[in-house]
Amino acid sequence: MNKVVQTADDAVVDIASGSTVMLGGFGLCGIPENLIAALVKRRITGLHTISNNMGVDGFGMGLMLEANMIASHIGSYVGENRRLEALVLKGELDLTLVPQGTLAERIRAGGAGIPAFYVPTGLGTVVAEGKETRKIGDRTYVLEQALHADVALIKAWKGDRLGNLVYRKTARNFNPAMATAAKVTIAEVEVLVEPGELDPDHIVTPGIYVNRIVVGAAYRKPIESKFIQSGGAL
Amino acid sequence: MTGKERIARRIAREFQDGFYINLGIGLPTMIAGYVPTGIDVMFQSENGMLGVGAPPTEECADPDLINAGKQPVTELPGCSYFASEESFAMIRGGHMDMSILGAMQVDEQGNLANWTIPGKMVKGMGGAMDLVAGARRVIVAMEHQTKDGTSRILRECTLPLTGQNVVHDIVTELCWIRVSAQGLMLTEVVEGMSAAEVQAKTEARLLVSPDLRVMTVDAFV
Repeated sequence: MNKVVQTADDAVVDIASGSTVMLGGFGLCGIPENLIAALVKRRITGLHTISNNMGVDGFGMGLMLEANMIASHIGSYVGENRRLEALVLKGELDLTLVPQGTLAERIRAGGAGIPAFYVPTGLGTVVAEGKETRKIGDRTYVLEQALHADVALIKAWKGDRLGNLVYRKTARNFNPAMATAAKVTIAEVEVLVEPGELDPDHIVTPGIYVNRIVVGAAYRKPIESKFIQSGGAL
Repeated sequence: MTGKERIARRIAREFQDGFYINLGIGLPTMIAGYVPTGIDVMFQSENGMLGVGAPPTEECADPDLINAGKQPVTELPGCSYFASEESFAMIRGGHMDMSILGAMQVDEQGNLANWTIPGKMVKGMGGAMDLVAGARRVIVAMEHQTKDGTSRILRECTLPLTGQNVVHDIVTELCWIRVSAQGLMLTEVVEGMSAAEVQAKTEARLLVSPDLRVMTVDAFV
């Protein structure tokens, strides 16, 4: 068994226009930057993307917006991308905002064979509009549907040729859940190791969820926000 | 001391040893700098971390280690990392002792509006709706009025809600207000100000607690 693909270009070669694509990451942390760059080169269009954020102008998913590749997007926070505003206002991009925890759980449910579930989140807000609600015990809950994708593009720290993955610090975020919720999961890693080198007790994403693995050629990893407004040491 | 600093210092006095706390972006993040000596609390960042430490120097910033505001942070001994679905299971499942958030508006029912203004570009709610629905105690930390002098504490929110009946306490540079079944209860007022003066700056109707106290910010009192 060998899931290794030589280049990011090869890894995304068959993603079709109109596909639903999940992209891991929180802000610019833990995003599949090499796979995004490869996808942008392919100039496919009409993609339905699912990702917590949408990159920034000039990096990450911002590059996909600039190339007009995205028809619709589901995410929880898109405030860092000015190009998006113009596309949404012109009606060229259909944006659906979902509470972050509901988004994560919808993806998890998608990968776990759970079609829908109830959450207290968003009750009495626009998020609950048009959705079934149900009183269980003394609280009312909102029914949320699972999410699935044709392809998930994720980023891990280390992986082996079987697709076992480990992540580093807060770069984990949405990546493990997305790995489970797509027909084809493509992982980019910083380091490829031999099977057996990763401690089996430490593997976060077992290889069963991963179809292709590629070593990212280079990592820029820009930091979005440098300044912390704090009274001092924590 | 600025108004924001006063708010941060006062809320930090509510922390108890062993608390797990999520701080929102902006003013709430400042509170981390005022944890009283001898109190050990653990800060959660909803992008997947417990045990958030102080900001690093610029040279030490690690792009793989950020908080929910996308700012670089450090890890404290005993820190742990986890995925987003786990992070929100911990939030939604009632495991967070406190969630402290900023707000645009709060009302007499404990409704909170802090994520969008119609007609302006929608940025998204991020994790705010999950936090207010799941944390055991939700504290709103905000300046009492907007820059143009309009009350942020209203009879009824006019902006789209983040959560319905979710706020437990409101802390401003002027006072502490507890959301009770009877309505908004003024429990503390800053020195030199009367309850009537706070009411004059507030659109919502305030009940005055029989135990009304001066709002003290010194962590060692």
